[in-house]
Amino acid sequence: MTLLEVDHLSFHYPGREVLHEISLVLESGKFYGLLGSNGSGKTTLLDLMIGNLRPTNGGVFLHGKPLPSYPRRKLAREMALIPQEFRAGFDFSVFEVVLMGRHPYIPRFGAPDEDDLTIVQEAMEAIGVAELADRPVTALSGGEKQRVIAARALAQNTPLLIMDEATANLDVLHTRQIFNVVKKRVKKESMTVIAAIHNLNQAAAFCDEIFLLKGGKIFARGLAEDILVPEKIFDVFGVRCRTGWNEFSGSHQVSLQWKMS
Amino acid sequence: MSGNQSVMKRGVPWLFFLFLTASLVGLVVVSSGMGYLAISPSQVVDIIVAGFSGQDVAGLPDTFGYVVWDVRLPRILTAAFVGGGLAVAGVLFQAILLNPLADPYTLGVSSGAAFGACLGLLVNLSFLGSCSVPLLAFSGAVTTLFVVLWLASVDGRLGTNTLILSGVIVAAILSAGIGFIKHLADEQVGVIIFWLMGSFASKTWLDVAMTAAAGCFALAVALFYGRDLNIMALGHRTSESLGVDTSRTRKILLVCGTLVTATCVAVSGIIGFIGLITPHLMRFILGPDNRSLAPASFLAGAILLLIADTITRAVLPSEVPIGVLTALIGGPFFCYIFRKKQQEQG
Repeated sequence: MTLLEVDHLSFHYPGREVLHEISLVLESGKFYGLLGSNGSGKTTLLDLMIGNLRPTNGGVFLHGKPLPSYPRRKLAREMALIPQEFRAGFDFSVFEVVLMGRHPYIPRFGAPDEDDLTIVQEAMEAIGVAELADRPVTALSGGEKQRVIAARALAQNTPLLIMDEATANLDVLHTRQIFNVVKKRVKKESMTVIAAIHNLNQAAAFCDEIFLLKGGKIFARGLAEDILVPEKIFDVFGVRCRTGWNEFSGSHQVSLQWKMS
Repeated sequence: MSGNQSVMKRGVPWLFFLFLTASLVGLVVVSSGMGYLAISPSQVVDIIVAGFSGQDVAGLPDTFGYVVWDVRLPRILTAAFVGGGLAVAGVLFQAILLNPLADPYTLGVSSGAAFGACLGLLVNLSFLGSCSVPLLAFSGAVTTLFVVLWLASVDGRLGTNTLILSGVIVAAILSAGIGFIKHLADEQVGVIIFWLMGSFASKTWLDVAMTAAAGCFALAVALFYGRDLNIMALGHRTSESLGVDTSRTRKILLVCGTLVTATCVAVSGIIGFIGLITPHLMRFILGPDNRSLAPASFLAGAILLLIADTITRAVLPSEVPIGVLTALIGGPFFCYIFRKKQQEQG
């Protein structure tokens, strides 16, 4: 079932086109990867999908209705964002930050009910930040903050989750934990995820479909084994590699030629 | 549990609010009895009750009634509402700009309001009667705020120190401008000095009404947007994705903070640092949740400024301008926060 459709979408800042004629469809219960070099327009595309930016041309449709037709709070019950950077202005506790994920569901002068508190607790436990609950977020490390903001997005409990290099500050253990938690929700609860990812192997291991961006256009799309191939990777990133099925990781994998000759 | 748990987990701190309210009421009564003519708290209560019910007080000299009801009470209540209003403005500015050093004084907004008011005085603008000065103060404050924000923004981002530096620079220019107006307006030097140093002398019930309206309005708006303000602490992208219209909320609250500052400055002149100190103290006690921070700061700001005004009015041998007193206390406090923030960032 189609959840979100991006239709002939273009976006430009004054004097510079960032995205050109992008069209794609996100189905329910799938994990999508958005790959591309720095400056290829990944973050801009995600911001357009969540309604933080307005397209110059074309549009984004959620459940077949244009995004601007949704009131903000309703939209926040449909999609959540794990941003690439997180900064907290004041020392709210970890619990308070994760509870903010329930904001779209709580009336303006209302208080969180038992369900909200249960969802928050489950999100904190799933991501492994429950033991940090009473710590001020300003006192956490970059990686801990990133996990808190991931738990906050999960507590938002939305059909669509947008991850913008959400594990950029994390070690492999916590990266694996977050991606597995999210993948489990995709399988069990038919959540849809679109994630901008830099690590090609991570994308190959978790994504059902990959969009490869180059110069503000979709250069290629499809399954990891069709997209993450030496020619396309060289075309987009300019790096040579070998690819193939890896028994140990249980997925298609990419071996990059790290040393420059 | 850490000391920073807030109403989300602990519930609204009603007991603390009750304590602050009782302290404020007690302080108003005690302060009304202090001064050249000492009047006991019970007599003050009788006079206040009689004043509100429109009756005469039996068994007390008329002078007592006049001193408390017509002279001291308007001054005391104006000081309390200005303190509360400036503290709420401080809460709003700090939350919107994500800057713990922001307050109407450090952002230059107070100086802008004073400049607008002085300019109106110089060219004798009184087109709207008693509202002229507050309106001109508001225009000055809004213009200053936009200039400071423009000066401080690089690539659409506001650096903490850059913002305060811009505020201080613009305030210095405006203070020089007020000095120049003082030079031009020989006959009204006293009134202009009042705006530079702040004073609650000779306040009337009209001043009480104006500052009460502005302060309570700002508090109501702060409470209405309290949870949005909390979420805005997570940054623009995150708060937008949580359903908060950050751009609209920011504009509304900036205008609201500026409006209450302008009204306070129009009535009492520039009084610095109350908007900086009070939210900090309350945040230390209650945590950062704006829904409890705003009302607590309103009450605590009222208490702090009333104490300061009572000291200068009834305790010191001669009256020190209130703005000078708050700057003497608030300046070192600002240095402390600034240093602490630098260490945290370093």
